[in-house]
Amino acid sequence: MTEFPSDAILVVVETGASGELEKAAPGLFGAAAAVGTPIALVLASPGAGSAAAAEAAALGARRVLIAETPDPSVLGVPSVDALAAAVEQVQPDAILISQSLNGRDLAGRYAARSRAAVSVDAVGVSRDDEGVVAHHSVYGGAYDVTSTSTFGAPVITVRQGSIEARATAQPQDSETLTVPPSGKRAARIDSFDEAVVATSRPELRGAAKVVAGGRGLGSEEQFALVGQLADALGAAVGASRAAVDAGYIPTAHQVGQTGVSVSPQLYVALGISGAIQHRAGMQTAKMIVAINKDGDAPIFEVADFGVVGDVFKVVPQLISALEARKK
Amino acid sequence: MKIIVLVKEVPDTYGDRKLNLETGLADREASEAVIDEIGERALELALTHADANDGTEITVLSLAPEGATARIRKGLAMGAGSAIHVSDEALRGADLGLTAETLAAAIRRVEFDLVITGNVSTDGSGGMIPAMLAELLDVPLATGLSSVAISDGAVSGTRRVESGVQKVSANLPAVISITEALPGPRFPNFKGIMAAKKKPLEMLTLADLGITADNPDAARSIMLTVAEKPPRAAGVKIIDEGDAGEKLADFLVENRLA
Ligand SMILES: Cc1cc2nc3c(=O)[nH]c(=O)nc-3n(C[C@H](O)[C@H](O)[C@H](O)COP(=O)(O)OP(=O)(O)OC[C@H]3O[C@@H](n4cnc5c(N)ncnc54)[C@H](O)[C@@H]3O)c2cc1C
Repeated sequence: MTEFPSDAILVVVETGASGELEKAAPGLFGAAAAVGTPIALVLASPGAGSAAAAEAAALGARRVLIAETPDPSVLGVPSVDALAAAVEQVQPDAILISQSLNGRDLAGRYAARSRAAVSVDAVGVSRDDEGVVAHHSVYGGAYDVTSTSTFGAPVITVRQGSIEARATAQPQDSETLTVPPSGKRAARIDSFDEAVVATSRPELRGAAKVVAGGRGLGSEEQFALVGQLADALGAAVGASRAAVDAGYIPTAHQVGQTGVSVSPQLYVALGISGAIQHRAGMQTAKMIVAINKDGDAPIFEVADFGVVGDVFKVVPQLISALEARKK
Repeated sequence: MKIIVLVKEVPDTYGDRKLNLETGLADREASEAVIDEIGERALELALTHADANDGTEITVLSLAPEGATARIRKGLAMGAGSAIHVSDEALRGADLGLTAETLAAAIRRVEFDLVITGNVSTDGSGGMIPAMLAELLDVPLATGLSSVAISDGAVSGTRRVESGVQKVSANLPAVISITEALPGPRFPNFKGIMAAKKKPLEMLTLADLGITADNPDAARSIMLTVAEKPPRAAGVKIIDEGDAGEKLADFLVENRLA
């Protein structure tokens, strides 16, 4: 076995239901390539390893370690065992993992096991004389903070959709990783329902444009207006927690403190009051547009262009005006 | 069944939250401290189970500054049977690793069947304490549950991941974390508030738990820099006079956003 580069950044990516790499993968390799040599650890379902390794190389992994999980019904622990084995071999300067649910479990368990330090929910990484530094956007983007580890390679989880940089494709160089099982107790996955992707709209995380709707849309049927404007602009659909709680749209679309944080070029808020917890997830957008019938709604405090008006009048007119201008 | 619910004191998300630009720590004077809503939902889950199952014992556990005791008592007023408050000057600015080590030590002192936590806090946004605890306690971990069923020897629930929804289960003892899809908390009533005053609330320090904050074997996460971003300024605001849709279209086209 040949040596791993001395500036190795271990990027951990997992495969999804159909064997494809998780959506955060391109950003993780992009971030890694800017601070060192990306080495991938691919956590794959049985049989999915080599295709996923090819995908990782295309995204910029100089070398790929493949760990196919021996028993896909075991939740989490095999990934931690694989990461421990990979770190042993690669001796990286930093470990990058997505701040997804699985990524958080993996980073947390691994850090507790190896007594490594974690830098959570990073929106960027850089390198200084001492090593790799994580950049964070704290309290809804009100503060920029940097952090690192007192010693050893930091485990850095990266906010999904926050990295625009992409790495250059590499020729595939992959090998299977031998993973000694830790025997740690784990939960079981009893069944799995694959999410059916029924839309051609962009993903909310990392979208360049977002149109979001709130309680002001009034009903699930009327919430369709949000999707219509999103389609006219080529935008992703977001929502307030009140709209999610009212059942207008699934949780995955929630923007804010306890939902997704977005930083798009354009954020359009329809019938959203702009509660501080909603703003925490969108106020770093480049341009904010708000339509609300209450002129005192706090969303106007952060809007670059605010319309005091009824969404059911303004939005249909906006959609036809946009269509007319396209012709 | 013994359930431990983790609650965290955080700056109220309804207010302006501030970081101290010298220490990088939360400026506790700047905003009101509250129990994080997701922790209250975790407690609500435990209380709902206790309502239907006699013999359920619920302990609220919190690692928080000294002054947090009043907030932790709210958990007792809601219906938890006892509380543990871990507090120590040496924990000021504790990173996730030290926090998890300390909480795990406090949990090991009491027997437990189930530890319930929120999925992510509103201040740290890490969402890693449950995983760290499961590893340190060597028990199964089921995170991000948007529905939960607790039975005698097991816990199960639904767990949404990127590519779909898993149904997961674990033998007890176990650690689980929940999402805000679970019901919000009940309000403590007068009877509960009075009863809370007599319920046991144990105060623990690091020495009680046999933990040293500056263990040289453990790497710690440290903050290097903190900078405040200027607040966003409001732009133009127009009142719709029947042509706002047209004006907005012009604005978007001018800014190359449509
Ligand atoms: C711990 C915690 C976490 C939270 N996390 C989040 C989060 O992640 N995301 C989030 O969004 N919220 C979050 N919240 C909730 C937040 O406080 C607000 O309750 C929520 O954002 C309100 O959603 P809304 O603006 O859609 O509803 P409302 O506040 O009810 O506002 C509806 C708005 O629609 C306007 N309106 C009504 N009809 C029309 C019409 N026809 N045309 C134009 N305007 C109209 C009204 O004027 C009003 O301003 C959180 C709260 C807590 C405590």
